[in-house]
Amino acid sequence: MKGWMGKFRALFLLGSLSLILSGCGVDKVSALKPEGYGAELLYDLMILSIAIMIFVFIVVMAIYTFVLIRYRQKKGQEDYIPKQTEGNKMLEIIWTVIPIILLLVLAVPTVTAVFDLAEESSDEADIRIDVTSAQFWWQFDYAGEEISTSQDLYIPKGERVYLTMKSADVIHSFWVPSIAGKIDTNPGDNENTMYLEATEEGVYWGQCTELCGPSHSLMDFRVVVVSPEEYEQWVSDMQNADPEAEPETEVAQEGKEIFENNCLSCHAIGSQPKGVGPNLTNFGDRAKVAGILEPTKENIVNWILHPNEIKPGNTMPPNLVNEEEAGKVAEYLMQLKPSEVTPESAQ
Amino acid sequence: MSTAVAQKKGFGAFMWDYLTTVDHKKIAHLYLVAGGLFFLLGGLEAMIIRIQLIKPDNEFISAGLYNEMITMHGTTMIFLAAMPLLFALMNAVVPLQIGARDVAFPFLNSLGFWLFFFGGLILNFSWFMGGAPDAGWTAYAPLSTTSPTHGVDFYVMGLQISGAGTLIGGINFLVTIVNMRAPGMSYMRMPLFTWTVFVTSTLILFAFPALTVGLFLMMFDRMFGSVFFDVASGGNVIIWEHLFWIFGHPEVYILILPVFGVFSEVFSTFSKKRLFGYSAMVFATVLIGFLGFMVWAHHMFTTGMGPVANSIFAVTTMAIAVPTGIKIFNWLFTMWGGTIRMTTAMLWSVAFIPTFTIGGMTGVMLAAAAADYQYHDTYFVVAHFHYVIVGGVVFGIFAALHYWWPKMFGKVLNEKLGKWAFWPFFIGFHLTFFIQHFLGLMGMPRRYWKFLDGQGLDTGNLISTIGAFFMALGVIIFLWNVIYTAMKEPKASADPFDGRTLEWSIPSPPPFYNFKQTPLVRGLDALWIEKSEGKKAMTPAEPLGDIHMPYGSIIPFVMSFGLFIAGFGFIYQVDNPVWLSLVFIGMGITLGSMFVRSVKDDLGYHIHKEDLEKGDGQV
Amino acid sequence: MSNEDILNPKQMPHEPEKATLEGKNKFLGFWFFLGGETVLFASLFGTYLALNDSTAGGPGTEELFGLELVFVMTMLLLTSSLTSVYAMYHMKNNNFSKMMVWLGVTVALGFTFLGFEIYEFYHYIHEYEFTFRSSALGSAFYTLVGFHGGHVLFGLLWILTLMGRNAKRGLNLYNAPKFYIASLYWHFIDVVWVFIFTVVYLMGKVG
Repeated sequence: MKGWMGKFRALFLLGSLSLILSGCGVDKVSALKPEGYGAELLYDLMILSIAIMIFVFIVVMAIYTFVLIRYRQKKGQEDYIPKQTEGNKMLEIIWTVIPIILLLVLAVPTVTAVFDLAEESSDEADIRIDVTSAQFWWQFDYAGEEISTSQDLYIPKGERVYLTMKSADVIHSFWVPSIAGKIDTNPGDNENTMYLEATEEGVYWGQCTELCGPSHSLMDFRVVVVSPEEYEQWVSDMQNADPEAEPETEVAQEGKEIFENNCLSCHAIGSQPKGVGPNLTNFGDRAKVAGILEPTKENIVNWILHPNEIKPGNTMPPNLVNEEEAGKVAEYLMQLKPSEVTPESAQ
Repeated sequence: MSTAVAQKKGFGAFMWDYLTTVDHKKIAHLYLVAGGLFFLLGGLEAMIIRIQLIKPDNEFISAGLYNEMITMHGTTMIFLAAMPLLFALMNAVVPLQIGARDVAFPFLNSLGFWLFFFGGLILNFSWFMGGAPDAGWTAYAPLSTTSPTHGVDFYVMGLQISGAGTLIGGINFLVTIVNMRAPGMSYMRMPLFTWTVFVTSTLILFAFPALTVGLFLMMFDRMFGSVFFDVASGGNVIIWEHLFWIFGHPEVYILILPVFGVFSEVFSTFSKKRLFGYSAMVFATVLIGFLGFMVWAHHMFTTGMGPVANSIFAVTTMAIAVPTGIKIFNWLFTMWGGTIRMTTAMLWSVAFIPTFTIGGMTGVMLAAAAADYQYHDTYFVVAHFHYVIVGGVVFGIFAALHYWWPKMFGKVLNEKLGKWAFWPFFIGFHLTFFIQHFLGLMGMPRRYWKFLDGQGLDTGNLISTIGAFFMALGVIIFLWNVIYTAMKEPKASADPFDGRTLEWSIPSPPPFYNFKQTPLVRGLDALWIEKSEGKKAMTPAEPLGDIHMPYGSIIPFVMSFGLFIAGFGFIYQVDNPVWLSLVFIGMGITLGSMFVRSVKDDLGYHIHKEDLEKGDGQV
Repeated sequence: MSNEDILNPKQMPHEPEKATLEGKNKFLGFWFFLGGETVLFASLFGTYLALNDSTAGGPGTEELFGLELVFVMTMLLLTSSLTSVYAMYHMKNNNFSKMMVWLGVTVALGFTFLGFEIYEFYHYIHEYEFTFRSSALGSAFYTLVGFHGGHVLFGLLWILTLMGRNAKRGLNLYNAPKFYIASLYWHFIDVVWVFIFTVVYLMGKVG
């Protein structure tokens, strides 16, 4: 473990606390299973604050239990009048000063962490990604790489990736609990920044944490952490993806045609972001359909026909094509696999 | 007593009596009943939320309806349940505690209630008129300004009208406490409940106008085409967040401070001891009130204010833990060395200490701005604010109701049923909310209609829902207690709990003029001082004389009703300008009533000395 | 004090507005109310300052504002504040007719101010197409200045109502507090205008 907390970890209390908490939740989802620089820093801060608070709680409860047992009115005491004490200056000073000291112990690492996590990219060579949220999906534009994708965010393990956050409609919030904290994506000029630095490979669960409409709870995305070599590979594959490439099977070819006539006005294939709907360049590699469904043909057809039943309130029109056509489009979409590097390679 | 008389006159007269009353004790009844009903409504909404979250991927209610539920649950509980229930206590108790015959502005007191009531009605009418507001109780723009139904319009108009009522109430209590104290009651002899109401009223005065402005901006955007929150025309959505929380953070202290006062009274009375460290408690109350205005942006750590602002607000927020800690320790030492009687009121208060300590602890954790990047908008926050608002405010209201019920209604609530109501509520509360801390850390954001399978959130949510049913059971038993007590319990004496403050020196319930003669206050715990010297009653500060009383009036009701009408006009004129006629009619009624009130002299009347000597002084 | 003593006092005290408990309550309560109003206007000022560059391609403050007109308006309102002080001076001396005269002057100045304000808005809308809906600056400007204008109008109607109601009966301990707090309200409106003049017009023209 890093930095100032390393020494404290040795302490029994913190060690065991940490042990208990890390039993909570599922890998790649829980903030209690940190696998990124930010998440680990915040986890340490959490443990420190919990430890301080448990100390305070024990003191309060010790006095509380003693008082309630010792001074409960006993039989025959009904007419007893206790001494009417006004107070005690010494005690007041004690329970003012000690909390102030405890809070300072917490405040210093808090402020340090706030500034640490506010670091912005200073080097052109850094990986910089523009994140744009919309009801109810995420778009990721890799600055300088001419890559535009959505829903699955690919980043290399061990490198700091700088994100610039904005929103196309209402306020959303970008949260990947196991890698870092969260920050809001605001519409207009109020752009935010944060960075991700994952320490393990894997597919991490990301979610929207600012109420943004009916399907707020379904606005999930994935962060796919791969090795730096795989990441390079992925970038070049994505850059070389040919949006015009003819699919191999006949069904998929028909699907492509239907797609171009009905879907291309909102969805893009290739590096140019369209903005109205998610970019589908690497749809066949997606970990999930629409962020929540298993990537089966049945689910894709269902989604194309009834997007509003699956994610209420989203803007994709239902029944643009019939069921047979939707099947063909699904075939087409499922073979959009421009890269060897997929969520599977991260596991 | 006057209630009983009114009942003899028949139901119509009884209703008219309450519609026109300016008596703070009856207005307290109105606040209690209206706030109680809204509390049940908000509770029902909470149960629906918990049923939806009983298992993963549940389809009990639709996504849109779920968002309406969470919005209305929050809005109802804060504005229409907690606030009026506290106003019920303030009205019932403060004038009695300071030895006054009424509040400073009895007419405005009534107006405040009716504004709140009609505002609450407007908000809840939305359920039947095309859908409730669905942008969360915080109504962040532009989700709120672009929400397609009229729901948010109802939110805006409802809160605007009821907020005006609250502001009026706040000013009223400020003036009452400054100007109407009995002779001898200096500021540092005021009971702590009165002190907390004083500070709370100050917070209301300085916090609510920010909400008023926020609501106006939202109203203009939604109804009159302004572009405050429309980024395409240069608007800025963060303005709403600031205005809302400049109001919203003091609001939580507005809620919690009066119950701090309640607990101070209850601990002191049922330990038979003077409040430990009274001056420190007063100081802590004022300090909390002051700091309450310095911390609003800790609700916005993830908004993107930058590290400097985040750090400043983190530190000021942590600072609030100090005066709060002072309070906890002083309560503990009030009990230290006393004789503790574990009545139901005391039980709720005793249960409050560990609960609120946990709520305060998680509050400090949330104040650590960086760590809040993980906690923010997750169930950790939900758990935190339910620990302080239910574990603090609701426990406090229950304690206060058991404590002051005899003063409000002339009967002591049944003790056995009181405890039966306490236990399921207390256990259910911790079942529901303790686990939510962990759900949040395990990655469950708040305001989630569904959580998905495979995220490890199933068991925790199930436990939470089971707990909610226990809480509901507790509330039902409490309601049964209210009915049972009204039917079966004997009349209470003036001072059933061996009280220490002035309200216990007069009959339960008090006559409508409260004090036949204004009492002379000789120190803190005025009645206790007299009792400890072997006297049975307060020493009067004045000879028996005529008592000046205000007349009742229907104008507050009519004035508020006018705004109620105008509210609908404002909401629907967007669809069709014909509805503007309702705006003119409604505003006409309101402004007309103000005009009538202004030109018609209302000097009140006097109860004559002779009638007071004869007995009850009824006129 | 009996109702008769309040309505027809044998002798008016020097501070009739605070001679009764009701008067004292009104006096204090109104000061508190003005405290709340201060927060209200502070919030509006904050909103305006956050949006005063958000012209959305429309005219900005420098282009719009003409200080001559606003200076005249400021003088009108400042003078009206002074005349209301005269009115209160005569109230304390129990000189009802002079009080009414000065209140009348105050009201006249207030209406003139409002007239100028309406002209100003009309000018912006028709000459510059700068409206409530055209940009966030427009929304913020008309809301802030309009709220003030609404307060002026309400104050005028209030003072007129008081003058009309009491024209025939003169001063007593019941209506003196009412006149007094109406004048307090008028001063408050004046102070707010000074801030509007500085923050909106001066800073808009210069800054």
